[in-house]
Amino acid sequence: MAAPATDRAGSGGQGPSNGPSNITLAKALNDGLRAAMEGDDKVILMGEDIGKLGGVFRITDGLQKDFGEQRVLDTPLAESGIIGTAIGLALRGFRPVCEIQFDGFVFPGFDQIVSQLSKLRYRSQGKLPMRLVVRIPFGGGIGAVEHHSESPESLFAHVAGLKVVACSNAADAYWMIQQAIDSDDPVIFFEPKRRYWEKSELDTSVKPRPLHTSRVLRTGSAATVVAYGPMVRTVLDAAAAADCELEVIDLRTLSPLDLAPVFDAVRRTGRLVCVAEAPGESSITAEVAARVQQECFYSLEAPVLRVTGFDTPYPPSKCEEYYLPDLDRVLDAVDRVLAH
Amino acid sequence: MPSPPHEPPSWRQHASGTHAAATAVEAEPSAEQVIAGLRATSEGGVQLLNPEGERVSHPDFDLEISAAELKSLYRDMVLVRRVDREGNALQRQGQLGIWVPLLGQEAAQIGAGRAMAPQDMAFPSYREHGIAWCRGVDPTELLGVWRGTDHGSWDPNDTGFQLYTIVIANQCLHATGYAMGQRFEGMIGDSETGEATICFFGDGATSQGDVHESFVWAAVYDAPVLFFCQNNQWAVSEPTERQSRVPLYRRAQGYGFPGIRVDGNDVLATLAVTRWALEECRTGNGPVLIEAFTYRMDAHTTSDDATRYRLAEELEAWKLRDPIERVRVHLVREGLAGQDFFDGVAAESDELAQRVRSHAEAMPQPGPERIFSEVYAEASPPVQAQREEFLAYHATFVDTEEPLAGSSIDTEEPLAGSSIDTAGDR
Repeated sequence: MAAPATDRAGSGGQGPSNGPSNITLAKALNDGLRAAMEGDDKVILMGEDIGKLGGVFRITDGLQKDFGEQRVLDTPLAESGIIGTAIGLALRGFRPVCEIQFDGFVFPGFDQIVSQLSKLRYRSQGKLPMRLVVRIPFGGGIGAVEHHSESPESLFAHVAGLKVVACSNAADAYWMIQQAIDSDDPVIFFEPKRRYWEKSELDTSVKPRPLHTSRVLRTGSAATVVAYGPMVRTVLDAAAAADCELEVIDLRTLSPLDLAPVFDAVRRTGRLVCVAEAPGESSITAEVAARVQQECFYSLEAPVLRVTGFDTPYPPSKCEEYYLPDLDRVLDAVDRVLAH
Repeated sequence: MPSPPHEPPSWRQHASGTHAAATAVEAEPSAEQVIAGLRATSEGGVQLLNPEGERVSHPDFDLEISAAELKSLYRDMVLVRRVDREGNALQRQGQLGIWVPLLGQEAAQIGAGRAMAPQDMAFPSYREHGIAWCRGVDPTELLGVWRGTDHGSWDPNDTGFQLYTIVIANQCLHATGYAMGQRFEGMIGDSETGEATICFFGDGATSQGDVHESFVWAAVYDAPVLFFCQNNQWAVSEPTERQSRVPLYRRAQGYGFPGIRVDGNDVLATLAVTRWALEECRTGNGPVLIEAFTYRMDAHTTSDDATRYRLAEELEAWKLRDPIERVRVHLVREGLAGQDFFDGVAAESDELAQRVRSHAEAMPQPGPERIFSEVYAEASPPVQAQREEFLAYHATFVDTEEPLAGSSIDTEEPLAGSSIDTAGDR
């Protein structure tokens, strides 16, 4: 491992001050990328429109100006090219961070991710580590056209050799992107695009938890609700509105899953609701449900329920409010597990 | 006598225009028509040693080469072919699951491989046993891939030869990215110490999007990468005409870098042109595309049956252009080597083949723990748990008289697979 991410905190001229601040998730990512680039000159950013424009979501705003065109590459418009050449650069000893502009655009690069990125360490038995991050803004709720609102995380979690994480707030965004870049494994890094502009507290003096850990955000005794990425905010709002005490867990890491806190919570509450925007079939929420029934079978007081997107393509945006799990659907599921 | 590739072959006159498909769809074309159609895109190409073993001059690519160097190239090709034939035999005898023959492509690979400098990096497809040889990868190290004991055992960083890539054209982007890194690190410019990358792929791969994207990226980033396409005429069963209307080397022009065709069965021409192209790359004038016009004289793999899709006459025609024979004839004609030399190389090749065979037969069966090795740098707890559970399960078989898992249908006991799922809450 390179220097621990904690050593990088606030070292940059435009980075966050060392102490608590209230910043957007987008700015936290920008600060985290800047810190990683300052800490290791082998870290390079690659993607479409990430240089002069700063990315369509401005996550890389100002970085090309400060680090140059050889550290922040405006690439040709080809996702297989982005991932494939980044793999070549990783073989050369670089630590590329690739931006996929929108979730639905990753599939031209899916071949390189599945066939090569995930397998090169295994194929070479450790001689060819893949220190590479693929950042993917994911999820809906922004009124976008087709291919701009998808949640493909389960497709990556199913691939051995990849690590998959999703951040949900500014502090996690700041630390997790640096930890992902520090990782000696390839990391698919999902960013909740509809939460980019929501502010939350980042205190860089607080040491981050390890990357591949889930986190209990709220303790409660009535039922456990698990979510990740953009649904964490939704679930916290639901918990605040509920007339019972809900335990809320942010998974953060989707592969490998860190389910010990979930098992612990389910053994106490006996009830579990899993929430995600992605279709439920063969998904992260399906995996959580399967593991919980295996580990906590005799603790369960009710069937595990899932609140997810439907097993349909992502709908036209005027229909997305029906499609996306919201506070009411979460609370309805909570009512149903509590009815047992 | 077959014509050298820079003159249209005589049978070419039978082809109707440049559209091979036009002749292919006619009912019952003659063998000559079929072969003519397949070669319809043949044109030009650098040649320095013709199939009759005579040196040919070329205005741009002259090559001064000593007798010792010539004999060394001959030896390389003979040894590599002998290893290749042994690989085929080992598959037929059950020692390998599959073998991918390079028969006929020895000159293309030895010419390219011997043009490389130690600091260069090669990205192979999966037929580049001759490049592996030139990079110092021992032939025994190739066997694991085909026997199924590993996915590639050599160290790419030590050898400058990356692992085989099975998915067609994926490696072209890796080579491009690697070459971009060479440029970013300032490792190009000097013709002695500068670095270059060479990427191997076939005629079939040129249809893949990854080749297009590689050409685009290499061009816009001025990457020091040599794209070395071995056009062996066949992508499994599909002829080159199924991949392209134009000769493959001409595609480079559209991307803004030079493309050149070389007689891939001429080791001297391949060596000279590859040296030039690598020099271009290492001094900052990359990328370059080389189309080595050659022929896959055996099947695609040992699982393939080439008689289902191509004519014996075609193979016979290419046998007259054999890459090794023309060097042998040249050495003899010029009095550069006597029978002792040829006998010595033949004996050495038999010894090498025997070493390859002995190695294959002695390769140990990997244990079940191999499945879980190096999936991740930082261990994944779920995968670790699966490992421990399966190894414990597997160990229950070891001390019994029963066959190991997988043969359990022959036993009276039912398969004990359900015991893997142990619930923590029982």
